[in-house]
Amino acid sequence: MREGLDQWTFVLAAYGIGVIGTLALIAWSWIAMRTAERRREKTRRK
Amino acid sequence: MHGFANPARFLRIARWLTVPLLVSGLLLTGGALAWGLAAVPPDRLMGETVRILFIHVPAAWLGMAGWSAIAIASLVELVWRHPLAGIAARAAAVPGAVFTAICLATGSIWGRPTWGTWWVWDGRLTSMLVLLFLYFGYIALAGAIQREGGSSRIPAIFGLVGAINVPIINRSVVWWNSLHQPPSITVGKSAIDPVFLVPLLVATIGFSLIFGGVVLARMRALLAQIQAEARLRRRALDVPEAA
Repeated sequence: MREGLDQWTFVLAAYGIGVIGTLALIAWSWIAMRTAERRREKTRRK
Repeated sequence: MHGFANPARFLRIARWLTVPLLVSGLLLTGGALAWGLAAVPPDRLMGETVRILFIHVPAAWLGMAGWSAIAIASLVELVWRHPLAGIAARAAAVPGAVFTAICLATGSIWGRPTWGTWWVWDGRLTSMLVLLFLYFGYIALAGAIQREGGSSRIPAIFGLVGAINVPIINRSVVWWNSLHQPPSITVGKSAIDPVFLVPLLVATIGFSLIFGGVVLARMRALLAQIQAEARLRRRALDVPEAA
């Protein structure tokens, strides 16, 4: 370890970015899919 | 393969697969990351930062796999005019870009305590950054073609040309001197101790399942959008609907 850096700070920062990025991607894609499929159903019923 | 060219048949399979892929991916990834954080011992050289590899390596693999998928789908679209290939390529672009960004960010975070620097302009890091810019270019180009109208062959050609960067990323640590270590896993061989290798493989499978689920969800969204727009257009022109 260089300069007395706390390695756990770096580990937790990397996990935070990885986990939040992945969950945000899933949520965004899921919401986009549901919104588009609902819109398609609405156009079918009109 | 042409059997899947039918959007209705594809949608039946995609509806059945999306949730299981996402749920199994989340469970495997969550388990592997918890295992990596709590149960894996620190590495002799890297110390605690070895745990970052359980996110960094799968993200790097998916960044490259995402563009490989775009290139294959683009080839299929250009050669066989497969109607779903262009949609698959577009659906893989955003998750590919997200995982490339995660790879670059976590690699930079790993580099600071290990190499003593956040960034170096060596072959591996630079070619990975180029991949991120290629993703941005592809997403912008495909979006503009969809909005403004134009041939879907243009992003397909861009996807194929950009694939030249994938082998460059892969071989960069062999061709040029680099702070980045040479490949630790090659076909049939691994230089990684099983205590790190097993959770790394589980995390890679988990993230890959999530990637597959996200691509299917995005393909479903693109298909629904196209179908709704086609229906509204037909109605505006007062053309009787087939279904």
